[in-house]
Amino acid sequence: MMSYRTAPAAEPAPPGTPSRTTEDLLRNTTTGERIQSVLHRYPALSPAVVLVVAVVVFGFLNDRFWRPENLSLITQQVAVVGALAIGQTLIILTAGIDLSVGAIMVLSSMVMAQTATNNGVPAVLALLLALFVGLACGALNGFLVTRFKLPPFIVTLGTLNIFIALTLLYSHGATVRGGELPGLLTWTGSSFTVAGVRVTAGVVLMLLMYLVAAYALGQTAWGRHVYAVGDDKEAAGLAGIKVGRVLFSVYLAAGATFALAGWILVGRINAASPNAGADANLDSITAVVIGGVSLFGGRGVIWGSLLGALIVGVFRNGLSLAGVDQLYQTLTVGILIIVAVSVDQWIRRGRA
Amino acid sequence: METRTPVLQATNLVKTFGRVVALDGVDLELYPGEVLAIIGDNGAGKSSLIKCLSGAYTPDAGQLLLDGQPVRFHGAQEARAAGIETVYQTLAVSPALDIASNLYLGREERRPGVLGSVFRMLDTKGMRQRSEEQVKRLGITTLQDTTQAVETLSGGQRQAVAVARAAAFGSKVIILDEPTAALGVREGNQVLQMIRDLRNRGLPVILISHNMQHVFEVADRVHIQRLGRRAAVVTPETHSAEDAVAIMTGAKQAA
Repeated sequence: MMSYRTAPAAEPAPPGTPSRTTEDLLRNTTTGERIQSVLHRYPALSPAVVLVVAVVVFGFLNDRFWRPENLSLITQQVAVVGALAIGQTLIILTAGIDLSVGAIMVLSSMVMAQTATNNGVPAVLALLLALFVGLACGALNGFLVTRFKLPPFIVTLGTLNIFIALTLLYSHGATVRGGELPGLLTWTGSSFTVAGVRVTAGVVLMLLMYLVAAYALGQTAWGRHVYAVGDDKEAAGLAGIKVGRVLFSVYLAAGATFALAGWILVGRINAASPNAGADANLDSITAVVIGGVSLFGGRGVIWGSLLGALIVGVFRNGLSLAGVDQLYQTLTVGILIIVAVSVDQWIRRGRA
Repeated sequence: METRTPVLQATNLVKTFGRVVALDGVDLELYPGEVLAIIGDNGAGKSSLIKCLSGAYTPDAGQLLLDGQPVRFHGAQEARAAGIETVYQTLAVSPALDIASNLYLGREERRPGVLGSVFRMLDTKGMRQRSEEQVKRLGITTLQDTTQAVETLSGGQRQAVAVARAAAFGSKVIILDEPTAALGVREGNQVLQMIRDLRNRGLPVILISHNMQHVFEVADRVHIQRLGRRAAVVTPETHSAEDAVAIMTGAKQAA
């Protein structure tokens, strides 16, 4: 039965060297395959390497890169997209996609700002209302995806337009300036200093959200089920997982993260604007994809998305410090996306 | 004739779809510690019968007895809870998850205490350990490291994971739907060996297969399904595979 194990050795190992078993030879024949299998096991490894290399290279190109105020700026620029990328990761892990992330974020931030200023709602309640709006938007997406079995791309393309229109109708296109808002709602823009680097509360909130998401995905049955559903829906169902319920819960949780991202956004730009975050959907997908999460679902880790968001932030910042035109920054991000997806395909192909 | 109580018994099962009669009063008995093969031509009611046993269908008439007790399932989940585990042809395993996660998929265990009840933390280590014990107890030698992702395994090993999961949780009956169909010769033989091991541990197995050679190699009895009814039950000792095929196609009446 196990005859392949006792296959005659090709050559006797010279004395003193550790003998390689047949299994080793079968499993890892080339360096490429070995790299492939390591990347397969640790999907956040390649974005981590890219980020470290980028930080070192940009640091060499311009010493201003390493200055505390610059590092602080990068984290602030990354906070909103990084928070959005959490919900986007959850959805992409189930082999879905969400185009409405930015629209949900802006709608909930506008509800928060308007109710607090125009309707005199207490700040805490306004914040909870924003969270409720995020949950409701996520629930609508989840309902359409699970109940009517519509493709997430189409559902969220539709709700993207609906939410944008609702935002403009509700806010009459008017921006609420930060000065008019209660302190709690712009609290995410307040900052403290750690080792000379200014850190905003929004950045801390984003990191906390990552911790919670990482725990939920890695340490709970729900997380396993999210991966299983994204990996193979049918198999997950046969194993007794309630696929529809898991999918719905993912869209719901994602809606909550988009509302929190809206809070971070209000602190970051010190205003609530119906026109902010229009291209946030593509930015969040970019972060997730560069972070090594597979668009085909079931593969990748949440920390990869944070790394992906940081990579985009570091590239944009580093390139502009190096005096590179903004168009070339966009070009670079485009190349990064294609490289990241190619790496994902390569890893998957090797293990099919 | 057998005098023992069957583990699983079906009497006079009827299942119709509109005017199509899929099952026309089927009887079936599965005794402790035996491998019962079910064969039949396409449209003979084989898969309807299996779906009734595994809970996917609820029969229109007739009775199911599990350990002598009447049972009625509405959904595969209920049958599984009662101890009837089905390994589907489509291999219900998640490729990207590791072996241990797959064994416990859908019935994960949490850590004791507050960590488990409030924070809902999984007992990852414990599940790994118990998976390894389970795999060893089943005598599955093809699975070594339960932290390995299932997609890195061969077809036979994946089948082993699916079977190990089915046999793991106090199950009383294991139904295997075409377990060797997608496998090569060596892996097919490994799966047959696994079926024998399950039987030797006292677990009764229902095997659905088109592969007559495999059926007659491993089955204790063969249930032949034809035109929505049980045409005959034969044993490999008294009948050859050719006889069985002849009964299955109607070329020969059961003796």
